[in-house]
Amino acid sequence: MLALYIRDVRIGIRAGGGALVGVLFFLAVVAVVPFGVGPDLTLLARIGPAILWIGALLASLLGLERLFQADREDGSLDLLMLAAERHPSVLTVFVKCLAHWTTNVLPLVVASPLLGLFMNMEAAAIGATTLTLLVGTPAIAFIGAVGAAVAVALPRGGLLVSILILPLTVPVLIFGVSASYGAVNDPQPFLPPFLILVALTLFFAVIGPLGAALALKHATD
Amino acid sequence: MRQKACGWSIAVPVAGDYVAEMSDTTIGTGRWSDLANPTRFMALADRLVPWMAGLSAVILAVGLWASFNAPADYQQGLTVRIMYIHVPFAWLAMLCYTLMAASALGTLVWRHPLADVALKSAAPIGASFTFLALVTGSIWGKPMWGTWWVWDARLTSVFVLFLMYLGLIALTRALGDPQKSARAVAVLTLVGFINIPIIKFSVDWWNTLHQGESIFRLDGPTIAPSMLWPLAAMALGFTLLFFALHMMAMRTEILRRRVTTMRRLAARRADGR
Repeated sequence: MLALYIRDVRIGIRAGGGALVGVLFFLAVVAVVPFGVGPDLTLLARIGPAILWIGALLASLLGLERLFQADREDGSLDLLMLAAERHPSVLTVFVKCLAHWTTNVLPLVVASPLLGLFMNMEAAAIGATTLTLLVGTPAIAFIGAVGAAVAVALPRGGLLVSILILPLTVPVLIFGVSASYGAVNDPQPFLPPFLILVALTLFFAVIGPLGAALALKHATD
Repeated sequence: MRQKACGWSIAVPVAGDYVAEMSDTTIGTGRWSDLANPTRFMALADRLVPWMAGLSAVILAVGLWASFNAPADYQQGLTVRIMYIHVPFAWLAMLCYTLMAASALGTLVWRHPLADVALKSAAPIGASFTFLALVTGSIWGKPMWGTWWVWDARLTSVFVLFLMYLGLIALTRALGDPQKSARAVAVLTLVGFINIPIIKFSVDWWNTLHQGESIFRLDGPTIAPSMLWPLAAMALGFTLLFFALHMMAMRTEILRRRVTTMRRLAARRADGR
């Protein structure tokens, strides 16, 4: 399993710089916002956490369609699924999601403090947003795995995967953003939405790989 | 067992891999496995659909008459009559998704051959009812809340449900091959079904403006009986309409698959010569 993780991470870093493209997309989305809403710094500071979250959400959908497709094309997905007696396919999918998150999403989290500065956010807000992104984005990767798995047979399923996944990520977005706001705005609490966000990630860490493994099993046989 | 499962291709005794695929899937006992034979289902549907459609028309007519004679609300006036169609649409939007989730379980666990047909043909109907619920709600919202759309918790979660319906339809269309798409769509339906309560809860956390629950409450309905009865009639009528439409859609889907199988066989025979 560790070998699979290392292999996936290495492929992710190497193959055409998929990770870097995600960060660039994130940067571009966030940079476009001031042009849309105007250069008002107080307004940007107010909507900053939401913009960062939406940007990260969209950017983390980018590489999803390749999660299983590349493996399917070179046949290694079949091998991984055939090895189900030795390594349960749910665990395989889980590890693949973690590797995907490490290569494609973790860079976004690392980049978010810098983009927070662009958004004129306070230090506490930047910290809270980065923390919520760190905790919440795995949930998007896990739920995204289901979308990637059901659309694995489609040659150009990228847009479809995004459409399928976005409604399901609404809870993550809501609690991520409300926890980020909770850290800055006084009457709103930080801890309850943050803990719910953690719970969502743990929940999807079970549901996502289960569903994805089920869909992949049917897609490969 | 094998004989029973050959229903798809009843017109052609040897249907190649399609029948082989279907014959492995008839597991289970009792009435549901009887219905697994599409021919028997078709016969049942042929008998039931006219009755259900007729009954639904009668009940809807009675319900409409009753809802026009129901008292106007002391605050909302006549606009409250939109409720008699809005609420059944919203109920059916949820009922339909529940039915789809049950069919998804049927596909994945029992491999019931008709569950996949039920799931596939329910999605567009569910999407239509959800759309109608949104539209009637919006028309009701304009005079009541002064705006066509508010980002209120319930509206938003119904809107998300609508998006999920559209996503499922898009996935079904994109995958094409019914055998492959059945399982993928079923998995996605189930994951969506597990998610619906979470979405509901999170959206409630996020914002709320819609009125609270007024019919299914532990201390009895808070709605006046004079309004409840027309509403119940309309709900029953629309539910019957839904099942009639669903059976018709399933019938169409079965016929479509038979035609596809027969075309494939004809093509194979033409190749063989």
